[in-house]
Amino acid sequence: MNSSLALSSATFIYGLATVFYIGFFAFKKEILARTGFFVLAAGLLLNTAGIGLRWVESYQMGYGRAPFSNMYESLVFFSWTMAMLYIFVELKYREQGFGVFISPLIFLAIAYASFDPGISSRINPLIPALKSNWLIAHVVTCFLGYAGFAVAFGLSIIYFVKPKQPDKGAIASRLPAWELIDELTYQMVVFGFLFLTIGIITGAVWANSAWGKYWSWDPKETWSLITWFVYAIFMHLRLMRGWQGRNLALVSIAGFMAVLFTYFGVNFLLSGLHSYG
Amino acid sequence: MPWNHKPENERKKLKKQDSIPRQIWVFFCSVKLTVYTLVLLAVTSIIGTVVLQNGAPQQYVDLYGKGIYNLIQVFQIGDMYHAWWFLLLLLLLCINITVCSVERLSLIWKTIFPKQLRFNPDRFLKSRTKQTFVVPQDAQKLARSSEAWLNSRVGQVHRQKDENTFLLYSEKGRWTRLGVFVVHASVLLLLAGALIGAVFGFKANVRIDEGGRTNQVFTARTREPVTLDFTIQCNEFEVKFYDTGAPEDFRSNLTIIENGQESFTKDIRVNHPLRYKGINIFQSSYGTATPNAAVVSIVDNVTGRETTQTIRIGETIGLPDDQGYFLLQGFLPHFDFRNNNLGETFFGKVDLANKQGFQIGLPVKFPTFDKMRKGRFAFAVKDFEKRYYTGLQVTKDPGVWYVYAGFILMILGCWVTFFMSHQSFLIAVQPQAGGQVTIHLAGKTNRSARDMKLRLARMAAQLENQLTKG
Repeated sequence: MNSSLALSSATFIYGLATVFYIGFFAFKKEILARTGFFVLAAGLLLNTAGIGLRWVESYQMGYGRAPFSNMYESLVFFSWTMAMLYIFVELKYREQGFGVFISPLIFLAIAYASFDPGISSRINPLIPALKSNWLIAHVVTCFLGYAGFAVAFGLSIIYFVKPKQPDKGAIASRLPAWELIDELTYQMVVFGFLFLTIGIITGAVWANSAWGKYWSWDPKETWSLITWFVYAIFMHLRLMRGWQGRNLALVSIAGFMAVLFTYFGVNFLLSGLHSYG
Repeated sequence: MPWNHKPENERKKLKKQDSIPRQIWVFFCSVKLTVYTLVLLAVTSIIGTVVLQNGAPQQYVDLYGKGIYNLIQVFQIGDMYHAWWFLLLLLLLCINITVCSVERLSLIWKTIFPKQLRFNPDRFLKSRTKQTFVVPQDAQKLARSSEAWLNSRVGQVHRQKDENTFLLYSEKGRWTRLGVFVVHASVLLLLAGALIGAVFGFKANVRIDEGGRTNQVFTARTREPVTLDFTIQCNEFEVKFYDTGAPEDFRSNLTIIENGQESFTKDIRVNHPLRYKGINIFQSSYGTATPNAAVVSIVDNVTGRETTQTIRIGETIGLPDDQGYFLLQGFLPHFDFRNNNLGETFFGKVDLANKQGFQIGLPVKFPTFDKMRKGRFAFAVKDFEKRYYTGLQVTKDPGVWYVYAGFILMILGCWVTFFMSHQSFLIAVQPQAGGQVTIHLAGKTNRSARDMKLRLARMAAQLENQLTKG
């Protein structure tokens, strides 16, 4: 067993879990959602093993570093954080229906890492700027934040798929009630916001020790701040102006677009200090 | 629903007879303004990630054309995060935060710090999440054990007797209502820290050749010289590469010299800066410095003789047979020759007897380059001692501690605001006819009502268990 085998299997199993969740949504068979959940959990196990093995392998290669330092590794870790968070939420709230919107995201991230020829899965040594204890804290918090926003995004989509009072027996009636989505979306945004805040802060402290500037308006920094602004707007609209339902869901969707741009757009379209992932 | 909800803001509604200062105050204490400001900040911030920042004027003209360049200049888009209108937006946000916080804090100050704790039993007993169960025991005794339970579970209990009903009230986390103000104060604090840094600090760069020293650095934005209280000497620079060719480590060995005395010596690396007397020194770049000398071979094409000697930069030597002079002028790390980069190259000037002097280039990697000139003498660099320069970023930022304090407050404030809440609980012990006693447990919170509902159910089960056991 090596890391690439574990991660390829995780990709495949996440794909399978997605199929089960979609099957549940389409055929309304409870058993499909339950199976989907266990398959997803198995995928998470392999995903965890893959990350751990990659860490060990980097030591065997003599580089010895945490597996969070390029696009491939961050995508794999993004899947991991999303799967982790989704499983936690499903266990806590006993709602299975919205797995159909989250599991594809989990699958897509890791599949994109494996199948895009532009993304190298080689274990490369760390460049000097990345050799810091802040690496783990910064990456882990940022991706926990992203995962919170991803789950919030999946939940927000439900508002546009399910009417407020769906017909009995309609497919959409399997999805959680608006009231619960509202609560859950808020919880996920709060979770994401706290971790994005810590992620930006650890990044700033790190930048100050590496380059002597805690903030240099680098595109990655700027876009993470834009994302932060969008979710700050979300909070104020919900808590202070009483927004909810589809209007608020649009803000959460816009926020996730900002997350995606911070994550991918900046790397592929803009240039800057943060070219490693 | 959007924009017109929230009764709490009713109080601030403008009236026609309001004075102008009051109107300004009301303008600044609206959450609508906050949202608009944040939207503007988010949208305008995009510009600086798309348009080239801090470029030379010619770059802008080449990229966008003359017309747009004028526009970029007027709105300072070339350095938009320091442009007047962007700073104005930040100032607007600060005023907005301050005014909103003062207004809200004055509204709920009495709630957070009440002179006397009061509670309204009806508000609890009418709540929909109230839990109720019946225990067939003595009411007095039940009240006592309920009180003990509530005291250990929540905190200090306040008693009240209403006819024959025992009312027990307890609360925790009242202070957590301050969390949101901490978050907002942290934003102000870190912007203040940034301002202090911008006014009283500097960010500068300097290049020091191995063996060289300086006490003067140049600010990044304006290239103004700043004189330090001490001198930095670079003893050695070292770069290490992995087998893959990627850089592994950059290291500068620096000595700090004060009043002509060596103070101390330290290695700095990326992520491991030197901090001394409020000045921070970071490893930021490196390059090849001008070497001191080169070993130059001179072939006389007439006699076929080759002479080799070490020539210092700036030194003039006589050519064989008194044919003239050669001056080793300087060195370039990259020599661009007809659009080819020939790499490290020395330059010299040849003065042949009775002829006009001319300049020659001697690329280290191409020793036959000068031979192609087909002159009497062919020059080539055989060897030289390579020297690096280290590129240091030198900063002073007295505001950084305010920024860091802001960071810590922001994390703590967010934690308190999002994950803690003010919770209050009421237990009513109500004797019924026939020796039965009804127990009500109700609770209120300023945060998630859903969590409170779940918590009440758990607590009621626990309390019932406790009371029936005792």
